[in-house]
Amino acid sequence: MAHTEAHAAEAHAHDHAPQAFIWKYVFSKDHKVIGIQYYVTAMMMALIAGLLAMLIRIQLAWPEVNWGLLGKLMPMGFQGGGGQPYVMNPEFYAMLFTMHGTIMVFFVLSTAPVSGFGNLLIPLQVGARDMAFPFLNGLSFWTFLCGCVTILTSFFVGAGAAAGGWTSYPPLSALRGAVPGSQIGQTFWIIAMVFFIASFTMGGLNFVTTIINLRTKGLSLLRMPLTMWSMFLVAILGLLAFPALTGASLMLLLDRHFGTSFFLPTGLVLNGTPMVGANGQFVHQGGSPLLWQHLFWFLGHPEVYILMLPALGFTSDILTTFCRKALFGYKAMVGAMVAIAGLSFIVWGHHMFVSGMSPYLAMAFAVGTILIAVPSAVKVFNWLATLWRSRIQYKTPMLWAMGVVSLFISGGLSGVWLGQSAPDIQLHDTFFVVAHFHLIMAGAALFGVFGATAMWFPKMFGRMMNDTLGKWHFWFTFVTYYGTFFPMHYIGLAGHMRRIYDPYQYEFLKSMQPLNHFITISALILGASQILFFVNFFWSAFKGAKAPENPWNANGLEWTTSSPPPHGNWPGAIPEVHRWPYEYSNPSAPKDFVMQHEPPLAVESGH
Amino acid sequence: MATEILDARAPHPVPVVERPGGPTGHDPIGRGDDGGGPGAAFDPAQFGLWAFLGTVSMLFIGFTSAYIVRRTGIDWRPLPLPRLLWWNTAALLLSSAALEVARRRRTALDLRGLRLWLGATALLAGLFVAGQFQAWRLLRALGFFLSSNPHSSFFYMLSGVHLLHLGGGLVWFALVLYRLRGARYAPAAGGRTLSLFATYWHFLGLLWAYVLFLIFVF
Repeated sequence: MAHTEAHAAEAHAHDHAPQAFIWKYVFSKDHKVIGIQYYVTAMMMALIAGLLAMLIRIQLAWPEVNWGLLGKLMPMGFQGGGGQPYVMNPEFYAMLFTMHGTIMVFFVLSTAPVSGFGNLLIPLQVGARDMAFPFLNGLSFWTFLCGCVTILTSFFVGAGAAAGGWTSYPPLSALRGAVPGSQIGQTFWIIAMVFFIASFTMGGLNFVTTIINLRTKGLSLLRMPLTMWSMFLVAILGLLAFPALTGASLMLLLDRHFGTSFFLPTGLVLNGTPMVGANGQFVHQGGSPLLWQHLFWFLGHPEVYILMLPALGFTSDILTTFCRKALFGYKAMVGAMVAIAGLSFIVWGHHMFVSGMSPYLAMAFAVGTILIAVPSAVKVFNWLATLWRSRIQYKTPMLWAMGVVSLFISGGLSGVWLGQSAPDIQLHDTFFVVAHFHLIMAGAALFGVFGATAMWFPKMFGRMMNDTLGKWHFWFTFVTYYGTFFPMHYIGLAGHMRRIYDPYQYEFLKSMQPLNHFITISALILGASQILFFVNFFWSAFKGAKAPENPWNANGLEWTTSSPPPHGNWPGAIPEVHRWPYEYSNPSAPKDFVMQHEPPLAVESGH
Repeated sequence: MATEILDARAPHPVPVVERPGGPTGHDPIGRGDDGGGPGAAFDPAQFGLWAFLGTVSMLFIGFTSAYIVRRTGIDWRPLPLPRLLWWNTAALLLSSAALEVARRRRTALDLRGLRLWLGATALLAGLFVAGQFQAWRLLRALGFFLSSNPHSSFFYMLSGVHLLHLGGGLVWFALVLYRLRGARYAPAAGGRTLSLFATYWHFLGLLWAYVLFLIFVF
């Protein structure tokens, strides 16, 4: 033992933290600093994308209103229509929903849970001093920041940001003259995507390598917290799925600027003029717009699970901690996550049911999609069984975790509708789809991030978040989130299109306006209640109550070190692991939780 | 980067030989790893590199599926295969072989041989890069440009993306040479650095052979 400690002390002496501010907090290679950098950047991006959503909502509720002050702030977007000044113009509306989707999916909900909490938690939960490649990790953050700057700059270049939807389907996105948003803004979109993918790839390499190679002694894969399993799986999904978008983006760039025809078919007519060259032939020939859709969704579907799986991992860890009960069906939970991740690669076609694909192919994709309901149901059942007859402690993280369970169920049920080709052909591109993915993908991911923030805040800043403020934030968000997205099922079934500038140009949608008013007011309250979070976050980070080592009496390795952990994570040797992280309320133990590093008890559950 | 990896590793809590089951008793799934110490199941750098090769492979698999779909277009005009490309391919594969010889010379502590064969690796790599640019010039002279038809688009794009990855490999090669400059004083050092780079370099050779096969033979 003496030998071990001497060894550890010696190793630690070489591993001292950098002292200069710029190396310690700015160009840091410490995973905790990088995680916080990612997290705070993502939350700032969320603020921007959230404001875009508010603009979308006011347009849908009151399409022909003079927005005096807003119009003065954004004169390019509110150039008026129908003789009225400061009415939003359609091109601006298309930019709003495109950029809202792009920023939220890639720069917020892929980043905050995965890159943010992944970097913060992986070394702490697997028992490592840092990630496997700290330099690559720092580089990954700065690459990501370049992507953020690029995508935000695109608002201010040429005719404005990309406007072809977050999916950027060609030919719209490939022809520079098609819409104002397809000019230089779309090029910026592609460049930002490449930065993002490069950053996510560097992160993913770090994630898989750290989890496979740097686990502490005794921590077998089947003793890892489910958060670690989710991080491991999303890293693999990212590494295998994102290259398809890299390749597709490169081809789109060549189509846009170098005259190739990967995605552009013969016979394009732009603004009434056939696109023919000097020789009288069409400039673009024989390309396939569907090819983009296949490549995009081969990434796109795994991507939505990249958003969601970490939230499912956080939820399992938080539920057990505040139920004081062992997780029900750990191995089934791991199997379910692996199954969800695996199935995500063979279901991309369900985004393309209306593309004219063979009904037999559509059926194959539909069957694969419905299969995902099986592991999802396993997860829900196990969560409910964990909650069953437990003594729930209603702390802020617990409320968010239960919110994830709720959203996962209500959003998942509509997924079973949309996953089959026949109902999907009816519902495609309506607000029903918007309701579905905002509940299950965006909502579950967002609630997961908020839950994880409250849970692991002590390991970020060494302080506790304010519980009362946290609960107010939760209840306002929970009620208005459902208030915003639940009625969308109804207007979607009634035929309300998804990406429409002014729905009331159609007689049959005029009766939807009162419901749109309700949704918009709900959304505005939802947006405003996030102020509670930002106040709580910054106030608690500087002025919150000091956090002890293990404030929640939880079991994971991250709770065996101080809050916040020092550089190198443990001052002495790294603890060894003797069990899984869910050993709560074991009657033979002296207290109601047995941490992973405590020596074996006489009677244990066998995990 | 090698020093980074060492920093990130946990200090080894127990000397490897004292572990139950001895140093070979590793079972990452069943029993857990040991914190990435000298007896860890995998070398983290080697593992991370293979994961990277996996993601690069997926990029070319994506291009392959696009190629197969696009080839059915009616505007497909076959591109002539410049004979120069065979010479380029030979140069790149021989450069891989030279690198292998260099690795053996290092193991044999033959520093002069090591330097000689690393020089050969670099020379052949330079020939490949020059040859690729020359092949582009030949095709341009024949009137085949990036946008001429889908076959030429794919050729310029895939050879370009391959060359970009190769450029990254050359930067790495320069770093390896820089790190090996101390081999004079410690003849046994640098094996890991060299073998990591060799893995990537062989991958690039195979990748180019695959691109050539896909575009001109398949």
